[in-house]
Amino acid sequence: MSDRKVVKFRGAGFAPISKRGVGPLVFILLIGFLEFGTRVGFISNLTMPRPSDVFWTFVNLWSSGLLWQHLIPSLTRLLVGSSLGISAGIGVGVLVGLFSFIRAGLVPLVSALFPIPKIALLPLFVIWFGIDETSKYALIAFGTFTPTVVATYGAVDNVDRSLIRMGQSFNLSWLSIVTKIVLPGAMPGILSGLRISLAIGIILLVAAEMLGAQYGIGAYILEAGSLYDLERLFTGVAILSVMGVTISALIGRVERRLLKWRV
Amino acid sequence: MDLLLENVCHSYGETEVLRDISLSIPSGKIMCIVGPSGCGKSTLLRLLGGLERPSSGQVVQLGTPPENCINPLTYVFQDFALLPWRTVEKNIGLVLEDHQIAKARRAEIIADVLARTKLTDFAGALPRQLSGGMKQRVALARALAVNPAVMLMDEPLSALDSQTRELLMGDLVNLWTRQPFTAVYVTHNLNEAVRLGHSIVVLSRRPGCIREVVTIEKPLSERQIRDSELDAKQEYLWNLMREEAAAADQELLNV
Repeated sequence: MSDRKVVKFRGAGFAPISKRGVGPLVFILLIGFLEFGTRVGFISNLTMPRPSDVFWTFVNLWSSGLLWQHLIPSLTRLLVGSSLGISAGIGVGVLVGLFSFIRAGLVPLVSALFPIPKIALLPLFVIWFGIDETSKYALIAFGTFTPTVVATYGAVDNVDRSLIRMGQSFNLSWLSIVTKIVLPGAMPGILSGLRISLAIGIILLVAAEMLGAQYGIGAYILEAGSLYDLERLFTGVAILSVMGVTISALIGRVERRLLKWRV
Repeated sequence: MDLLLENVCHSYGETEVLRDISLSIPSGKIMCIVGPSGCGKSTLLRLLGGLERPSSGQVVQLGTPPENCINPLTYVFQDFALLPWRTVEKNIGLVLEDHQIAKARRAEIIADVLARTKLTDFAGALPRQLSGGMKQRVALARALAVNPAVMLMDEPLSALDSQTRELLMGDLVNLWTRQPFTAVYVTHNLNEAVRLGHSIVVLSRRPGCIREVVTIEKPLSERQIRDSELDAKQEYLWNLMREEAAAADQELLNV
């Protein structure tokens, strides 16, 4: 009885909760460190541009109107290319998930296509679709297609079979089961696949714009890179990062809206 | 409409699950099926409703289902099988959508079954907001909405705690007393069987065949929690099953 001890709590961790402001704080600290380093001098201006210079380059780009001239074609390419790739990917992914024959035929093909660096195929796309916009759309579409297929059929596989059985037991039509049970059930998996697909889309956008594009963030970065203009290079890269963060936030909003039913 | 099982046998690959089952399901009564675990109770239920095809023998439907019957053979599942993204109301609506039913009529049906299962206040709730008992009430309301000729209930109360189970048994008895329905009720709980069953089919261990059909004459509404007649029946059932249950428990599962 004399040996009294409070039972130690050991259930902590492994339950992530959202912490507001930590994400921005990391950015602020990192940029602050670079600014401080370049000003004090322990980071040479040759190795790293000063963040404030990058910022002013961006402001110049904005005020000269060139920003929109580069951004609008890029966003159009990303939008057209990835919507083509994603819609085809979801369609094929659902078919692969639903039909054994299509699965047997297409899964090996998709596995064969997935690891090909799509950038390597750019010359091929130029031959097929010409040097103008179409080849860029095709590259982005192709690059977003394969990860979307893989995510979608995985998500369809994970739909609760007992719900599908329920649908059958109430004599729902095939189409009803697909649209009212399979697709909503696969939605969480499809949306998390979209995050990956769209990030790949941005990477390919830059790659596509490095060949035969006059305007576009990729062209802007390529030009700055070949001149070793680090401020402009970093401006371009920062714009890409902001695009990535924005897309991720947008998907987050869509998720919150569509997946309200989740715990 | 009556359901008839004629010499039904079923096996999964090498494993014989059911052997030569012949049974007639009387309309307007609840028939319980009990048996040791793995004896093919649930398989039998899936065969009855056409979710699975028997290896041999057949399931026959005698007569036509009543005029207003939307889905003659309707299941109530152990895991509720509610769509988590639909509200209570829309989960019930789901099973009416594929049939040409006017919108107003649909709303009427939904309101009626919600009232019968005391769910009217929860029409807009999502499944995750409901307790297990409430979820099963929703599943029950959904089954009632299609006005089934035969309800096929697969251990509907097994996922619930014992108090909730008691409440829902009361609800089922009330529903039946007000408007008798035909049901096949699979359970491993002998107490549920003697409280709800007009007749109780005892299956043997795998391969399952019918050992005995026990009937209980006492009306459902008069059956109480402590009832010597029911206790005696329950004990009788347990004695029928005891040894087989022990043997089934020792068996390796290779299904």
